[in-house]
Amino acid sequence: MATAVPQRGDLDSRSDASPAQRNYARARSLGRYLATPLFLALVLLALYLYISGRTLDSIEQRSISSAIIVDRTIEHIQLTAVSTAAVVLLAVPMGVLLTRPAARRFTPAFLAVANIGQATPSIGLLVLFAIVWTIGFTPAVVALITYAFLPILRNTMVGLEGVDRSLIEAGRGMGMSKGKALRTIELPLAVPVILAGVRTALVINVGTAALAWASNAGGLGDIIQTGIATRRDPVLITGAVLTSALALFIDWLGGIAEDQLRPKGL
Amino acid sequence: MIRLENLTKTFKGQKDPAVEDLTMEIPEGEICVLVGPSGCGKTTTMRMINRLIEPDSGKIFLEDEDVTSVDSDQLRQRIGYVIQQIGLFPHMTIEDNIATVPRLLGWDKKKISDRTDELLEMVGMDPADYRPRYPKELSGGQRQRIGVARAMAADPSVMLMDEPFGAIDPITRSRLQNEFLRLQADIKKTIVFVTHDIEEAIKMGDRIAILRERSRIAQYDRPENILLAPADDFVANFVGSGASLKRLSLAKLSDIELIDWPTADLDTDPDQVREILQRSDRGWVLLLDDNRRPQRWVSSDDLEDDDEDLSRTGLRADSIAHPDTTLSAALADMLTSDKSSVIIVDESGAYEGVADLETITNATKAMRVEARADNGHDRDGLAETGTEESEESGGRLKKDDS
Repeated sequence: MATAVPQRGDLDSRSDASPAQRNYARARSLGRYLATPLFLALVLLALYLYISGRTLDSIEQRSISSAIIVDRTIEHIQLTAVSTAAVVLLAVPMGVLLTRPAARRFTPAFLAVANIGQATPSIGLLVLFAIVWTIGFTPAVVALITYAFLPILRNTMVGLEGVDRSLIEAGRGMGMSKGKALRTIELPLAVPVILAGVRTALVINVGTAALAWASNAGGLGDIIQTGIATRRDPVLITGAVLTSALALFIDWLGGIAEDQLRPKGL
Repeated sequence: MIRLENLTKTFKGQKDPAVEDLTMEIPEGEICVLVGPSGCGKTTTMRMINRLIEPDSGKIFLEDEDVTSVDSDQLRQRIGYVIQQIGLFPHMTIEDNIATVPRLLGWDKKKISDRTDELLEMVGMDPADYRPRYPKELSGGQRQRIGVARAMAADPSVMLMDEPFGAIDPITRSRLQNEFLRLQADIKKTIVFVTHDIEEAIKMGDRIAILRERSRIAQYDRPENILLAPADDFVANFVGSGASLKRLSLAKLSDIELIDWPTADLDTDPDQVREILQRSDRGWVLLLDDNRRPQRWVSSDDLEDDDEDLSRTGLRADSIAHPDTTLSAALADMLTSDKSSVIIVDESGAYEGVADLETITNATKAMRVEARADNGHDRDGLAETGTEESEESGGRLKKDDS
């Protein structure tokens, strides 16, 4: 008779055998984490050297004074942060709702509307809002939300639908309610995909916020616009470089958040 | 105990019911295997017991309590559930996975922690080592063990297992099956076990329900009886060829009457051995040592030389078996041994008896007669020759305790 004593030997000791591998992975991700800020610091330094090596006229001095740069940067960050936070609060619950069996039949209609939002050029939307509604911070944020809604909605739905059905069945079979299964199984497992959507939305918003000047809502796009309107290259270049640097920096933050917030064990 | 009464389920958009008017009772502490071809409704049937699928009509009883319309989430917390994919939550540690149901039930932390340790030890995994691990750090067999431990966390009296060993390699599967059977001998849960594999059904089941389409019961009986007296052609086909051989793997040497072979001590005088040989019609004597351990087979030809030391004559007595050896294993031994027989010894190695091919044939015949008597029917195709002989040898089969 075969006596089947449970054998520890059948463990594939992935967790034991790979400290070296893990160190390597950590060093690599550390390198990845440091590369972007280093690059951005170099770019900003170059910009600083370029500007300080020139004699600026009074228009240029006024347009890229440090007070203006700080103000515009804060505006830009505010626009991006508020619109992204709002779109997360709106699109994630919407994505959850649209993946529930009861609401499935509305899904195509909602996706069609979200598609229109994504397809409409945001500058057109801003101008439209300025004509029929108002200008300022709020319409700019609404335009950004409209534009960034689809990626988060889509990724929330894809993430939730990608959760292995057997895991939900196991949870329900052990007596989890639908809500409990959603909170403890579906959402945590969908987090990586949802976060990828959030990062995409963040990048879209930080880029699109450069158009917020059209709604008189400030942002770094304002500096670019001034540079174009006054035909001052140093101003234009400063605005463009700062906008790009901020976009890259925020994307970098998004990448770190994605890595850190991903559930362990996946 | 689980009782199903007239369960019927028709899925939306389908004309025929998936389960039609099913009534069955699963006795306390037994493993009942639902087996049948794919699409016969066995999984649907199982999932109606914990109401993951709500029946259209009919009633479900758990320990005599009608649970057809109680809160289904609470009902499921009382029923262990293991599925083929195991379904361990990848983002939770082993500890958290096992604690799923206890937490739903609101146990306090200490109790959950103690129970987790207990369960890990029960399935042979070191708690300190495995509690903090994630499922991806375990092998398939270990995950399956955790799946079973998780299902048992709140000590449910009833468990549902849907092809729990289906996705595991054959060697590990067989080991896990044995482990589980040993565990079940202690914990005595009432288990509904779904599989499409008749071999697994025979091995695991105290009872087997063979289902045909719409989950209608073709036969619901002990595995022995299903193998030897299939109720109809459907069952016979499903069980497949070699049913009698499979039956042999269910019976042990201790279940059958052994031959009392003539024996003698090693230091017996050869003349005396010759005398024993003449008195018996067997042609061989089995020589035992001081502790009654079988040593040599001796025939009269081996005794012609008077001076010969008895401990070196004849054939070595190999192919020794214990009483808990299955008949199929014993048969395999016989086929490879010189004497076409096996010697059965007890724990200490002392001689108990001998079994040969004839013993096995007679035992199978007896089992067949008994199975047919149990079922109260007879099939001409299986009756074979010499019913009289079968009945006569029926006495050779010791009465089963069942």
